[in-house]
Amino acid sequence: MPKKIIMILCGMLVLGGFLAEAVRCMAADAPPLEGGVLPNFNLPIPDQPSERQYLGLDGKGTFKIPEVRADVIILEVFSMYCPFCQKEAPNVNELYRIIDNNSDWKNRIKLIGIGAGNSPFEVDVFRKTYTIPFPLFPDNDFSCYDTLGKVRTPYFIVIKVNKDGSHKVIYSKVGTFGEPQGFLELVLKESGF
Amino acid sequence: MSVRRGPFVIAVVLLSAMWIATSASAVSEQFEGRIFKVGKLKPIDSQPKLKVGYKAPDFSLPSLSGENVSISQFLGKQNVVISFVPAAWTPVCSEQWPGYNIAKSLFDENSATILGITTDNVPTLYAWTQQMGGVWFSVLSDFWPHGEVASKYGVLRSDGTSERALFIVDKQGVVRYMDVQDINERPNLEVLIHELEKLRN
Repeated sequence: MPKKIIMILCGMLVLGGFLAEAVRCMAADAPPLEGGVLPNFNLPIPDQPSERQYLGLDGKGTFKIPEVRADVIILEVFSMYCPFCQKEAPNVNELYRIIDNNSDWKNRIKLIGIGAGNSPFEVDVFRKTYTIPFPLFPDNDFSCYDTLGKVRTPYFIVIKVNKDGSHKVIYSKVGTFGEPQGFLELVLKESGF
Repeated sequence: MSVRRGPFVIAVVLLSAMWIATSASAVSEQFEGRIFKVGKLKPIDSQPKLKVGYKAPDFSLPSLSGENVSISQFLGKQNVVISFVPAAWTPVCSEQWPGYNIAKSLFDENSATILGITTDNVPTLYAWTQQMGGVWFSVLSDFWPHGEVASKYGVLRSDGTSERALFIVDKQGVVRYMDVQDINERPNLEVLIHELEKLRN
C-alpha cells in the first residue's frame, strides 16, 4: 500500500514537472514580428495607485499589455544586470519626459518595462538608480522573457492598440533606439498619429 | 516491478534533460557575439575550506589599476565582499558585476566594498571589464600562481576556474557570510545586501 502511494506521488510529481516544462517549452523561439501581435502573457496590476492610474487599470489581479489604456504602448525588456540597458536608461527617461510634456501624447502613449530574470528587489535597484518614472515589472522566472522569444536586452517593442481592442506590433528591435525625439517621430508615424 | 517503474524512470530522465537544457540568464546586447558558450556546468566542483567565523585568509593580488590589493588593507576600515566569478567572457559572470556596478550605494550604505576576483590574467580582465563600461570596485587577477587565492578560499574548481562564490569579510577580517553558488546561476543580490545589513547590528 505505501509503495502504491509512493508510485502515485512520483507519477503526480513527474506529470506536474512535465506540465510546468511544457509551459516553458511553449516559449517563442523568436521575438514578436512587426505586423504581428504580442504573445499572450499577463502582468500583475501594480500596487502603486500612481502606476495603476498611469496604466488606466483598476483593482487587483493581472492584465495583458494591450489592455493598458493607451493607443500606443512602448515596452522595454531590460535587465538591471545589462550594461546596455543601464546606458539606455537616461534615453528612455527622456523619451518618457518628451511624451509626458505633450498634452496630446501623454494619455495616448505609455511606457512599461519588464526586468528579464530580475527580482522585485533588483527591479527596484534599477528604478531608483535611474529614477525611472514609468512602471517596471519583475520577471524573476524569465516567463515573460521566454514568451517574448528570449530577446537580448534591451529590446523594444511598440504596439498600436486599435479601437476594437485588437493590436499590432509596429516596432520590434534589439538595442538602443537612438535619439529619443527621432524614435518618437518614428513611433508616431508608424502608429498613424 | 521494473517494468512498472520503467515509464517513471524514462520520464524523470527526460524531464531532467529538459531542465538541464534551459538557460537562466538573459543576454545583454552589449556582449552579443563575444560570450563563450560554456553550456551547463557541474554546479559546484570544489571542497569548502572555510566556515563562517573563520579568519579570512590574507592575499595580495594584482589589480587592474596596476597595484596589488590585499584583504588586510581593509581591516578596521570597511567590510569586504569578495566576489569570485568563474571566468571572463562567459555567461552569468558578464552580467553579475555590471549589476553590482549600479548597486554601489547599497554597498556604501553598509560600509562595504567589493573585490572581484577571477583566475584570468590582468589583460583579459581589463578587456572584459572595459566591455562592461568599467566597474567601480577593484578587480583582481588570481592568475599566478594559478588560482592560489581561490584554493585558499576553497573555491578552485578542477578546471582551474573558480566557483561563483561570495564571501563577506567584516572589518575584523572574519568571514561573516559565504555562498558558493551553483556556477550556472547568478547569486541573489537581495540576500547579499541583507547579509551586509546584519553587520550593522
